[in-house]
Amino acid sequence: MEKFIRYSSTIVPLDRSNIDTDAIIPKQFLKSVEKSGFGDNLFDTWRYLDQGEPGQDCTGRPLNDDFVLNHDSYRDGRILMSRENFGCGSSREHAVWALRDFGIRTVLATSFADIFFNNCFKNGVLPVVLPGADIDRLFASDQDEGPVEMEVDLARQSLTTGDGRVYRFEIDEFKKNCLLDGLDDIALTLQYAGDIHDYEQRRARQVPWLFHDLD
Amino acid sequence: MTETTLYDKLWDAHLVRQSDDGTALIYIDRQLLHEVTSPQAFAGLRENGRRPHRRDTNLAVADHNVPTTNRSAGIADPVSRLQVETLDSNCAEFGITEFAMSDPRQGIVHVVGPEQGITQPGMTIVCGDSHTATHGALGALAFGIGTSEVEHVLATQCLVARKMKNLRVNINGRLPDGVVSKDMILAVIGMIGTSGGTGYALEFAGSAVRDASMEGRLTLCNMAIEAGARVGLIGVDGVTIEYMRGRAYSPQGPEFDQASQAWLELQSDPGAVFDLEYDLDASDLRPQVTWGTSPEMVISIDDVIPDPANAPDKVRSQDWSRALEYMDLIPGAPISSVVLDKVFIGACTNGRIEDLRAAAAVVKGRVVADTVKQALVVPGSGLVKRQAEAEGLDQVFTEAGFEWREPGCSMCLAMNDDCLEPGERCAATSNRNFEGRQGYRGRTHLVSPAMAAAAAIAGHFADPAKL
Ligand code: SF4
Repeated sequence: MEKFIRYSSTIVPLDRSNIDTDAIIPKQFLKSVEKSGFGDNLFDTWRYLDQGEPGQDCTGRPLNDDFVLNHDSYRDGRILMSRENFGCGSSREHAVWALRDFGIRTVLATSFADIFFNNCFKNGVLPVVLPGADIDRLFASDQDEGPVEMEVDLARQSLTTGDGRVYRFEIDEFKKNCLLDGLDDIALTLQYAGDIHDYEQRRARQVPWLFHDLD
Repeated sequence: MTETTLYDKLWDAHLVRQSDDGTALIYIDRQLLHEVTSPQAFAGLRENGRRPHRRDTNLAVADHNVPTTNRSAGIADPVSRLQVETLDSNCAEFGITEFAMSDPRQGIVHVVGPEQGITQPGMTIVCGDSHTATHGALGALAFGIGTSEVEHVLATQCLVARKMKNLRVNINGRLPDGVVSKDMILAVIGMIGTSGGTGYALEFAGSAVRDASMEGRLTLCNMAIEAGARVGLIGVDGVTIEYMRGRAYSPQGPEFDQASQAWLELQSDPGAVFDLEYDLDASDLRPQVTWGTSPEMVISIDDVIPDPANAPDKVRSQDWSRALEYMDLIPGAPISSVVLDKVFIGACTNGRIEDLRAAAAVVKGRVVADTVKQALVVPGSGLVKRQAEAEGLDQVFTEAGFEWREPGCSMCLAMNDDCLEPGERCAATSNRNFEGRQGYRGRTHLVSPAMAAAAAIAGHFADPAKL
């Protein structure tokens, strides 16, 4: 996994709550057996005026000019901002792959759905929970003064806007380190193979029916 | 000894290792796999030269992409076909048991697991699918995971996790006639919202839950995720034990008795403390219908479409307006006046035998309204289909003008050919009414099987008890 490094970008404001993973990447693109190539179809139904198909070249498709990612000032934004319950619905990790492939490495919201939140950390994407008042202020400032520039510094757990305002955020220490170091967590878990083995031995005695072969 | 919740007990029994930073390594007893969220996980194993840690505890079944007509012709769409074939070849390569498309036991993974006794009380169960919460109805700790975690479980049989908080929803009282588990869970989501359960394991308790059949309980837990909870749970009781008895992969003979003893311990202690609790009175519930594009946008059959002007706050008011526009509905209109183009009965929410019986009871001796273009019944599994046919339910449906299909996810998410056309409106027994869920620009209303059947007959939403 790519390491998460400090960066600055424009915030893309997506002023909705309950943005579900079906909206982030519609189901027809889930037919892919690959782990990348989803960026062109991020928010496909909102971004384009026609119906997207897997494997299609998206360059000539009619764009929805009302959608924020199609505005010149936001199309290169690498920070996405939304409201409550971002990433709800389906567990599809394709939603995070689509954000990552598009270039979005940070999502700001007042809350995230649990599975989406977890999936972010496996793919170098940082989900940041901010209080409603902060999100309100950022949306207002975007609306009143134009696009907001922000620096994301994971190591310091801080977000700094162009006008010098600093927002601190909380993050699980383990998850933070995984992102910063780009760690493969399977390898980490395999370090505990001995503990897993001991657990299995003990459990197989207590609840033998859980160890029957499914064949 | 301190009093603990069912979730606490399941968590403690699966703890392999606790770290100082609050994360834990927990053991996973069972993994269910389907074609959509597993290919990249198998590819990851292959790239790193890893093998499944316990291949014999995984079960794979293709459900999302499979056609529901003319199975013998295979899958027409080459992209869908490749995905299903990829599952077949991955299972062959890694030695994983698969119910292939031609297997009579094939069906939606969350219907197949319980039906086969592959889901058992006291297990930890994961699947790359958010509706894995379903299996919690049997007193198992079951939750959806992403593809990276699918790979992690294949490789290590464990997950790195943090303990969730405990939430309990108590539903007491007797359900009125025509009101079922689907209405209970929709009402719960309406009450606590789609993020009300985020960060929690959600246990359903109370007399209405105890009175529910296992099918009804599976419906409740299925939609815990629509209330934001990754985990749905119901304590083990006699209903659970009887359900488990004699299933293909259930323990047999003396081992069943031994297991049953252990399973009956799987309940929250009477004095256990929950971080959050809600109460719902079942006795005054009415049949529910969603009107918007989020499962929390739900009203009862007697209500009118809500007005964004009355929304609790500005953000919600905007969300409601957007949803009404998408759904093409007018505030103040009675929901019962809303006319349907299609009806879909099926999905892991309501594709079990009891659901088909409930729908058939409404349909019997009646016909689908002329204005309804298509009414589909898609059994949740091959065994549900066979059982329904043995009871003559397929006849009831087809005589009324319904189409009787092969098992799969079908029009729940329309990855196969079953879908809504742009602008079409559907009464569906599935669990998600998101924009485009059942087809590009399609409009979905979530209802119970009886309500879906009533809507097919009337051509608009109608109280099944008053049809
Ligand atoms: S029936 Fe629908 S919700 Fe259930 S597993 Fe299939 S697609 Fe998911």
